[in-house]
Amino acid sequence: MIRWTLLLGALVLLAVTALLLPFGALDDLLHTDPHLARMVLIELRLPRVLLAVGYGATLGLTGAALQALFANPLASPDLTGGSSGAALGAVAGGYWLGLSHPLALAAAGAGGALLALALLLALAGRRSDTAALLLAGLAISLAAGAATSLLLALAPSPFAFYDSFTWLMGSLVDRSVPQAAAALIPATIAGALLLRHVRSLDLLALGEDVAAAAGYRPSAMRLKIVSLSAVAVGACVAVCGAVGFIGLIAPVIARRFTGGHPGRALLPAALLGALLMTGADLLTRLAPPGRDIPLGVITAIAGTPLFLWVVTRMRWRLTP
Amino acid sequence: MTPLLRAAGVGMDGRLEPSDLDARAGTLTAIIGPNGGGKTSLLRAIARIDHPLGKVWIDGTDLDRATIPHRRTLFSFLPAARDVPWPIAARDVIALGLTRAEPDRVEALLDLLELGSLAGRPIDRLSTGERARVLLARALAPRPKVLLLDEPLSNLDPYWTLRILEILTQIAHDGSAVLVSLHDLNLLDRFDRAIVIADGRIVADGTPEQLQSGDRLSAVFGVEKTSAGWRIAGP
Repeated sequence: MIRWTLLLGALVLLAVTALLLPFGALDDLLHTDPHLARMVLIELRLPRVLLAVGYGATLGLTGAALQALFANPLASPDLTGGSSGAALGAVAGGYWLGLSHPLALAAAGAGGALLALALLLALAGRRSDTAALLLAGLAISLAAGAATSLLLALAPSPFAFYDSFTWLMGSLVDRSVPQAAAALIPATIAGALLLRHVRSLDLLALGEDVAAAAGYRPSAMRLKIVSLSAVAVGACVAVCGAVGFIGLIAPVIARRFTGGHPGRALLPAALLGALLMTGADLLTRLAPPGRDIPLGVITAIAGTPLFLWVVTRMRWRLTP
Repeated sequence: MTPLLRAAGVGMDGRLEPSDLDARAGTLTAIIGPNGGGKTSLLRAIARIDHPLGKVWIDGTDLDRATIPHRRTLFSFLPAARDVPWPIAARDVIALGLTRAEPDRVEALLDLLELGSLAGRPIDRLSTGERARVLLARALAPRPKVLLLDEPLSNLDPYWTLRILEILTQIAHDGSAVLVSLHDLNLLDRFDRAIVIADGRIVADGTPEQLQSGDRLSAVFGVEKTSAGWRIAGP
């Protein structure tokens, strides 16, 4: 309990720091134009911090739920192709269907993620062995990535590629309050519904038959968890782009605190995901003035060693 | 006396013909049959796994209508698979069988199955036989009225094969109905009753003595009992 209180405290501290930084500029503005200072705080900085906390929590939570469902510690939203599918959905909606309302784009992102995860279930099976899951996820990610590039290359707008570059690499910069709401309201509702599966996902650790005999319905669980994860991740990706590795790392760390229980790790993984994303977003601010470091680059640099560590620990499961 | 377990028309499409089955409290029943004959399907159909046919009542309660907490007190199902993909400690795996925290019950089961020294070890780092004991303890944890155990004696050394048979016999005699799928015909005499399943249907049901005295087992398994033990049946 103390551990989680400390982590929550750290998250609040990071979030407040992110809200106030750069403090000098805000302080100056408070003295010269308090109204403008308030607008900067509420309309520019607050959406960014809320998105960092909410998107990070979404990735942690959905990563933990997908890992528990597939009985595999590599089943994160990015490695399963869910995030790439969401990006494809959002690009198709934004550049081809002419959707502009943030909520419509979030729905398009959710649709893309749902399609990708449904395809993964069909290709890799229910409780996938690691090789099948990774190969199917890789194939879906590559196909969705290629389709996204194709849609951008042939988009009616000649600036589509340029426009979308920063977004595709993941960014929380300059998002509006309505955009933040379009990402976070569906993600919060889907996340809250996912948390209802904590006990059933713990029991699923002993196999689908044990869960089914206890009265849960594994096929209904699969449908709900995949759909809710797709809605949550899809809405966030549509607004902030795909950010990798947090959905993989946060649940892995969370399970070390929950005695390996995959279901009980859902809420801690959300907290850790929020912490990691807020921290990563703070690091992007170290870029020289006028330059942007995409958020996805920071999480990939930090996440790759951990990913390799997980793969090395699972080596025995990768061999036939 | 009303049977504790009553199954009417239980079956699985393509794997098990609809069958009726009763089991009284206090009985230890072996389910035997050749590979692929339908033993697991029968246990799964009784446990209401994978959209089975028919109806099952335990102690008068229709399992399809029982709530999740009530279901755990009515029966436990132990699958033949022993893999647990997560590094959950043996003690915590046993606790997964309970709907609320009961540390004393978990400790009693650790003692019963002599798992005390392994209690804190992640289940994925235990041997197959040790895992089998932990998973059996999980099934026993809620003190269910009916135990449906799929090959609980596989991968066990001779001591643990006999010890678990003793434990199951005691549980049955304390008032439960225990159904165990089994391959080793040498253990049949330790059961009160045996049900033979082949080609997806129940082909014989009786005491082990009755089944071993006729030629039913020879016909089903292609083996016969001699004074020197079981051997492949001759022409």
